Amino acid sequence: MVVRIMNVEKKKKLLKITKSISFLAPSGLGVLAFFIIPFLVIVYYSIIDNPIQTNFVGVKNYVQLAHNQAFLQALGNTFRFSVIAVPLAVILPLLLAMLLDCRIPGKSIFRTIYISPLVVPVASVVLVWQVMFDKNGALNSIIKGMGADPVNWMDSVYNQFIVLSLFLWKNLGYNMILFMAGLGDIPMELIEVAKLENASSWQIFWKIKIRYLSSTVFFVMIISLINSFKIFREVYLLTGGYPYGNIYYLQHFMNNQFEKLDYSKISTAAVIMSIFMVIIIGLLFIVEDKFGKEVEE
Amino acid sequence: MRKKKTAGRIIGTMICIAFALIFLYPTIVTLADSFMSQTEIMAHYGNVFKDDNNSEWWNYSSDKKDTTYKNDKVQIILRPARVTFSQYFTVLFKSPEYLFKFWNSVKLVVPILVFQILVALGASYSFARFRGRVKELAFFLYIILMLMPYQVTLVPNFMVAKWMGTLNTYWSIILPGVFSPFSVFILTKFMRRIPRAYVEAAEMDGASEWNIFSKIYVPLCKGTIVSVAILVFIDYWNMVEQPLIMLSDTDKYPLSVFLNQINKGEVGLAFAVASIYMIPCILIFLYCEEYLVEGITYSGGLKG
Repeated sequence: MVVRIMNVEKKKKLLKITKSISFLAPSGLGVLAFFIIPFLVIVYYSIIDNPIQTNFVGVKNYVQLAHNQAFLQALGNTFRFSVIAVPLAVILPLLLAMLLDCRIPGKSIFRTIYISPLVVPVASVVLVWQVMFDKNGALNSIIKGMGADPVNWMDSVYNQFIVLSLFLWKNLGYNMILFMAGLGDIPMELIEVAKLENASSWQIFWKIKIRYLSSTVFFVMIISLINSFKIFREVYLLTGGYPYGNIYYLQHFMNNQFEKLDYSKISTAAVIMSIFMVIIIGLLFIVEDKFGKEVEE
Repeated sequence: MRKKKTAGRIIGTMICIAFALIFLYPTIVTLADSFMSQTEIMAHYGNVFKDDNNSEWWNYSSDKKDTTYKNDKVQIILRPARVTFSQYFTVLFKSPEYLFKFWNSVKLVVPILVFQILVALGASYSFARFRGRVKELAFFLYIILMLMPYQVTLVPNFMVAKWMGTLNTYWSIILPGVFSPFSVFILTKFMRRIPRAYVEAAEMDGASEWNIFSKIYVPLCKGTIVSVAILVFIDYWNMVEQPLIMLSDTDKYPLSVFLNQINKGEVGLAFAVASIYMIPCILIFLYCEEYLVEGITYSGGLKG
């Protein structure tokens, strides 16, 4: 009798596993075939000299990449961009979400306008940026009109700020929605009570809102950081394939290696990048865990 | 006290309006200028695009005041002097290459959209309904994969395409797109909120697993499916990185990549093509804004 019950239990469990696997299979197999397995091959490529001779070379590719000027420049530019872009991508949307949270007339219209860049393809509006910042463009016309010397915007240190403006224009709406959702989750009673006890709006902002928003702030920070690593599309559409100087980013480096079909460089760079990303994502998980608990208490 | 509050609100509204103008400006300019005639565009913007050696113009030349600076003024125009549909007419009836590129975009985006969601529905169901240590680990892997930038994911995709001989075909973009984990993530988060009681009731009545999936879970997910579909559509409609690496034949490029390669001689058409390209996005946005917002809200926070 006991044995039979055990068998039934076992059968049930087995059935459950079968069901679970069969629903996951299409996606799981695809992910394995197109991402995981080839990624393992890439890790292998990063420690051999080339895919034809397959001599084991250890960390030689990594050392070489660490001395590669183009890679270092791309890495530096990408990091510099992140350092400027991430704080702005957190603070500006937070400000907008806070403003819309106050009783501003026409709130829903403003929200619609702020998130509209999300859906507009960058490729479509990039013309406006080109007309504006070209060396013969609108901005220089104004500057010349005032009698000053025109600036070659896209070739100067300003080019990264032009890229930044496009990046922020595109991404602020997304972050703002996340903040609005976070603000919506704050229990109203808490704020009412604080108001009854004569808390200033400054106190309410810092002690209640920011505290409740802390996990959202952190999430937005990480997502913006990840998005800032992806910076390429905007630059490509603005300037074409080979920008010089400040706005030569990691994806440009990768594209160049793809063109040369330099497998060890592409693979090594991808592995380094993925290790770095896993660390950042791990951090995101740890902090989300911690903040999540803090607010629940 | 009250006065101070009113003043604050007025300043707040002003800031909101200022931001709104900045956010709208590029879109409005593009749409408005698409109704300008070729001559008007050349008169206003011709100077920007006339450089012949266009591949070189961003090379920094040592003489800052080089001779290409002309006195002709370039000014961004919000209201065309005369509204005309001539640009649209040319794009739609006289230069078919733009429509081909538009069609390329459709051919790439639609299969990805449909199959990514179909595949994701099964996977999310599995993640939401049968939980365990291995499954949590697998889901974690999906999240990491979702957050990886193209610098990482395009390399494995490229290798597979090379092995399969699909480079320079749409399969090299469509197949990885179908298995991209984004929809799985959002749909799983939603499905995990579906109360167990629904399933238990169905199980009591002897419903098969497939019926629980197709008659309970999928119908409950309808709204979320729309949200995910919008986000996926926007993402792939915008694609630049994948075609650049996978496709060597520029005839196969989607419009998103091709737009910035418009012939310098055809600048007049650029705004009309850009507008046509954004119209599907804007229509979806106007009709489904709430779904979009909901989808984004779901993507915030990694845990369900």
